[in-house]
Amino acid sequence: MQESIIVEMIRVSKSYDKQKNVIKEMDLTIREGEFFVLVGPSGSGKSTLLRMIAGLEDITGGILKIGGRVVNHLPPKDRNISMVFQNYALYPHLNVEENILFGLKAKKVDKAERQRRLQEAAEMLGLERLLKRKPKELSGGQRQRVALARAIVSRAPLCLMDEPLSNLDAKLRANMRMEIRRLQQRLGLTTIYVTHDQVEAMTMGDRIMVLHDGKIQQVGEPIRLYNEPANTFVASFIGTPKMNMGNARYFPEKRELVVENRLSLPADPAGLDISPDRNVIVGIRPEHIRPGTAEDRTSELEVINVEQLGNETLLSFEVGKEIWTAKWPGQWKVKAGERVPVHIPIPFLHFFDRETGLLIKPAQSAHMREVEKV
Amino acid sequence: MTEGKFNGEMTYAAVVRAGTEPGTVEIPETDFAKIKRKREIRNFFKGQLYLLPSILLFAVFLFYPLFRTIYLSFFLTDSAGTPTVFVGLDNFRKIFTSPVFLQSLQSTVLFVLYTVPGTVFIALVLAVLANEKMKGIGFFRTIFSSTMGVSVAAGSVFWMFLFHPTIGWLNQLLKMFGLDPVGWLTDPKWALLSVSVTTIWMNLGFTFLVLLGGLQSIDDYLYESAEIDGAGYFYKIRRITIPLLSPTLFFVITVSLINAFQTFGQIDMLTRGGPQNETNLIVYVIYQEAFMNYQYGSGSALAIILFVIVLLLTVLQFKLVEKRVHYQ
Repeated sequence: MQESIIVEMIRVSKSYDKQKNVIKEMDLTIREGEFFVLVGPSGSGKSTLLRMIAGLEDITGGILKIGGRVVNHLPPKDRNISMVFQNYALYPHLNVEENILFGLKAKKVDKAERQRRLQEAAEMLGLERLLKRKPKELSGGQRQRVALARAIVSRAPLCLMDEPLSNLDAKLRANMRMEIRRLQQRLGLTTIYVTHDQVEAMTMGDRIMVLHDGKIQQVGEPIRLYNEPANTFVASFIGTPKMNMGNARYFPEKRELVVENRLSLPADPAGLDISPDRNVIVGIRPEHIRPGTAEDRTSELEVINVEQLGNETLLSFEVGKEIWTAKWPGQWKVKAGERVPVHIPIPFLHFFDRETGLLIKPAQSAHMREVEKV
Repeated sequence: MTEGKFNGEMTYAAVVRAGTEPGTVEIPETDFAKIKRKREIRNFFKGQLYLLPSILLFAVFLFYPLFRTIYLSFFLTDSAGTPTVFVGLDNFRKIFTSPVFLQSLQSTVLFVLYTVPGTVFIALVLAVLANEKMKGIGFFRTIFSSTMGVSVAAGSVFWMFLFHPTIGWLNQLLKMFGLDPVGWLTDPKWALLSVSVTTIWMNLGFTFLVLLGGLQSIDDYLYESAEIDGAGYFYKIRRITIPLLSPTLFFVITVSLINAFQTFGQIDMLTRGGPQNETNLIVYVIYQEAFMNYQYGSGSALAIILFVIVLLLTVLQFKLVEKRVHYQ
């Protein structure tokens, strides 16, 4: 399959009042049919970037191309895009049908075509029986569907979504996540999706871009970001509970890796090519800290909090000034204050440079298992 | 009252007792209904106490004058305003046959038709312009709303100078273009129009400010969404701004209409009802009748007629227009 580029950014930047670099020179390409997620904490510039693509914010520097043509100077309506807003931006005085058709009427699409697209979108999103209702008579999830329908009927090849699920409750959000993803795949719609929720990013995106302080931290497939985070920011941002991290130092003569001056792990120099005088940060995913057995326990830690989730148990430990979390499958009878043996396997440690925060050596990735096909 | 309450108590207790099998559940002897009612009565009196100051003020300055006016309208009075002879509806009969009143009514209606749509339309245009986001827009917002701070007297004097037949700027401007000077306030053809222009100018500040407030309450996202959907400037105004502004527009139109019917100050300052009674609006007629001719009876009757006209128009407006107003 030939994949063509829909959005291309060449050293795009954005400043307000010539002062702050909200977006720092950014290069990015987004391919056709891709579900691309922009994720980052609030204030990272992700919404600004999306609004720049939409044409709602000026671009201070660089070149933005959509569908191969430069659009820096074009108003939103000439960029051939659709957009779903966080608060849905439904017109309160118009009913669902009029809301969906608003753009088509503005563009003077003929009536038969309008009706055809309306029927199609309404059917796709299950809105057939709500067409005559006003937005205030709809639930949050239904409003969300109307906003999606409005984006679909425009038939624009690029759809921008600005935190569309953040106003929904948790259950509905999980539902809509799947629904949006299926809709996108069915229509082959190139989508740029902004969210601050890393779960949404992980579950929905074909590719994720993690943004922080207006700079790209890492771009890639979700599982890649999880397994090989480019720096400490991505490492702590992706994954929940977040990755456990701590300053560490390697002492080859003692064959020890000391974390936070508190935790010493037996380390075999053969498997560890970290120079002894380098300041590093180590990180380990909560699911990789395992309950220690008599043979393989590496340390004993005091539990400061226990969260029983039913299918798994979260245990928190104090490691120096950091709080580490372990995720153990199943139900464990542990109380806060108890000391438990744990197994912290060196191969599952990520190593980052303490000065730059960049990844030196990723953890040995867990082998992806394959489903046996019958 | 007390007896009814007592009865209620009995039935309540009886119901409670009847509904329970004897000896199964203990019902405490407290009578909740009684306590609740006591509290309600106390709250009612407390509420009345809070209302008292405004009720008193309204009674003295509104209700009493209103009823006194209705009363006076059925009498002839002496020059001090004491009712002397009861004449029934004679005052009203005379008014409706008086050519002065009929002309005044015509002038008033014309005046309303000039000023209300004029004010609302111009204020709307200014408000839409001032609602744009750009540098220094605050300056324009201040200027456009500034006439709100100008009193009727000061505004009238200001326009009197503009209208002055020889040294007024308007006529000087006409002269510059080689046109004949116009008797803005003295020519019967122009006077009502001149007064209307003055009034529009005076009301612009308030109307502008209210409409701007209404515009600012419209969510920016709606415009952004419309822009992405491909809507042009006027399409956005027609399909988003006007419908969402309709409650504010309705309010502004209602208030302006009532104000227009009650115009007095600028008439008194600029034309005194002249020339040839062209600008003799109803309130000015009332003023002349009551305080210059000392006919308090027929003056009161005129006031009642004005009251009824404004009341009917406002009710009509609520009945006809409000249906089309979109409240969020």
